[in-house]
Amino acid sequence: MGIVQMAAVILLLILTVKPLGTYIYHIFSNQDNRTNKLFGPVEKAIYGLAGLKNRTEMTWKTYALSLILTNVVLVMVSYIILRMQNVLPFNPNGTDNMEPSLSFNTVISFMTNTNLQHYSGESGLSYFSQMAVIIMMMFTSAATGIVVAIAFIRGLTSKGNTLGNFFVDFVKAHTRLLIPMSFIVALALVALQVPQTLHPTIQATTLEGESQQIAMGPVASLVSIKHLGTNGGGFFGANSSHPFENPNPLTNVIEMLSMWCIPAALTYTFGRFAKNQKQGWIIFSAMLILFVASLSLIYSSEMRGNPAINALGIDASQGSMEGKEVRFGVAQSALFTTVTTAATTGSVNNMHDTLTPLGGLVPLAQMMLNCVFGGNGVGLVNMLMYAILAVFLSGLMVGRTPEFLGRKIEVREMKLVAIAILAHPLIILVPTAIAFMTDLGKGAISNPGFHGISQVLYEYTSSAANNGSGFEGLRDNTSFWNITTGLVMLFGRYISIIALLGVAGSFVRKQWVPETIGTFRTDNKMFAGILVGTVLMIGALTFLPALVLGPIAEHLTL
Amino acid sequence: MDHTEDHSKESRTSFLFTIVRLSVLFIVLCGIAYPLACTVLAQLLFPENANGSLIKDSSGQIIGSEQIGQSFSELKHFHGRVSSIGYDGAGSGSENFAPSNPDLLKRMQESIAEWKKNNPDVPISRVPIALLTNSGSGLDPHITPESAKVQIPRISKVTGLSADRLEQLVDDHVEGRGLGIFGEPRVNVLKLNIALDELLKK
Repeated sequence: MGIVQMAAVILLLILTVKPLGTYIYHIFSNQDNRTNKLFGPVEKAIYGLAGLKNRTEMTWKTYALSLILTNVVLVMVSYIILRMQNVLPFNPNGTDNMEPSLSFNTVISFMTNTNLQHYSGESGLSYFSQMAVIIMMMFTSAATGIVVAIAFIRGLTSKGNTLGNFFVDFVKAHTRLLIPMSFIVALALVALQVPQTLHPTIQATTLEGESQQIAMGPVASLVSIKHLGTNGGGFFGANSSHPFENPNPLTNVIEMLSMWCIPAALTYTFGRFAKNQKQGWIIFSAMLILFVASLSLIYSSEMRGNPAINALGIDASQGSMEGKEVRFGVAQSALFTTVTTAATTGSVNNMHDTLTPLGGLVPLAQMMLNCVFGGNGVGLVNMLMYAILAVFLSGLMVGRTPEFLGRKIEVREMKLVAIAILAHPLIILVPTAIAFMTDLGKGAISNPGFHGISQVLYEYTSSAANNGSGFEGLRDNTSFWNITTGLVMLFGRYISIIALLGVAGSFVRKQWVPETIGTFRTDNKMFAGILVGTVLMIGALTFLPALVLGPIAEHLTL
Repeated sequence: MDHTEDHSKESRTSFLFTIVRLSVLFIVLCGIAYPLACTVLAQLLFPENANGSLIKDSSGQIIGSEQIGQSFSELKHFHGRVSSIGYDGAGSGSENFAPSNPDLLKRMQESIAEWKKNNPDVPISRVPIALLTNSGSGLDPHITPESAKVQIPRISKVTGLSADRLEQLVDDHVEGRGLGIFGEPRVNVLKLNIALDELLKK
């Protein structure tokens, strides 16, 4: 039954790829279509209110600059709100202002689509902050990621000087995709018993006569965009394992598909733009191959369970249930973990810290690769970056100029790709090493032995991949952790965005190379194999030593 | 030529001003209008669910939420899973013990010792792992049907209700998989205990 339900969810995902991918294509192709009638007037009103008169096409530099400035302004406003939430409205529980280093960490975390949370939502945020900062950034950061993908795709597949207009793309990602979908998903979640209220915490007297406080709030509206936007920050500390955020297996399936569908559909959108649908499916299948391999490892490892506990003589046939919820069991938990770290969402429906060592290796490895579906937009861009690299390597082996989608790959592009690829391990491994060398870093570790290494490694990997899940035992709400992870999140997000928009900017100006019999094809099964191989090779070379010290050593000694 | 690349001072300020206006607009639209619209519609369409699926007694006093587990320690009641936060719904979470953490083994051994003390008739080999482990949220409202059934001998002895009657009660409260395939079969401990108390009152 476990395998059947996981396969069913994967099948549902595959069914959404074509319709959603086509819809996203129509949003950003800027050609006339039926949805213009519905959304056009709303967008006109937004352009009018914002004073966007010139909606001309932008070069990659203007596009990147507009993106960054918009993000900077949102970060500043949000920081101010968190620092003075005590005097703002919608604060029925009297939550205090947030401390500076934690506010810094939180606004960066949400703007970079990471959603690493060093606070607990129940006690750390007012309802106003949950809405005006957290929910708002969940939309805007997801839209930022999506428009990066669209600009990158345009660079690869069109000719001219420009990548489109950032503001138009940004507004449309909201009005036509994220807001309508979140609204529908939020109402579906409420229908399945997720709360949505502005009432303060409830006081109850339990069946055995004790008093119980029950925190709630506008949960459904946050949970829907948290997944659709591949954000992952929970309303509650326990995230999607909290029964209010994820009350039953059906909400679990909805949440998984929500975070998975846009990254998966973008591969189809890419195929549409490239006028080569097969190319889109090849990218999709490379992602799915890596995904299924990861899922198999975590599922089998969790079903085998923890040998130390199984030796105690209890009935352990259910698998490892520490840190998991009964309504999900091992199958729905293993699948959720794989999806949330593949799509770099970072919401959790079970505690990753409590996973068996090899089970915990799966989320870690997927965030290190950072391209198995990946977060909204950036996942596709990362995978295309690996595709460019794969073409380049293959080209070197046969001694001809590498081409991708009819364009020559030259020095400038390879330099930028190399920066993006090398930045990722650099901002994971260096801070990890620094954390181990200082008491400020080591002091946060809560689990002894090799697992402590995994905890620190996981925290920085999650920050760099803009995932946001954690081995949550880590006592990370200190200035050291708030600032270092804040910086890693910033670099993890913007270095690769800028480098890859640069790649798009140089691609878009190139001449097409006519296809000949000698052209290296990138839309067949062999290329899918080469792509998977390239991803694994780069990932293994950079991260295997760190993984051996953490989860693998723990597994061998358990 | 791209107008936004016109680097005159005036156009740069208007460029920045546009971004500020756009940001404020999105704070209002996504951060305030969207969640409030969701709240209004949710409250109109599904008021019970939107307010946390609360359970009240005959006098209107709130007993709890059917989604949020409670701590049960009386021997006559079905017990839930281990919760390091004592089912305090003001917070959530667990102690995040790694599989190799010695404290995890210690906690499991204590739970096993307590089980043996309270349930001398049921050997530990029959107790499902889910019952003696900490849930992720610390608020798990469910246990597996088998976890409920292994508690029947104890409850039967304490309350005098027959084992068959209790077995029936548990079976009546089993919630199946979603759409027949998703998730795991389970029993809501609070609802089960409310029904048990009703039985005892008769």
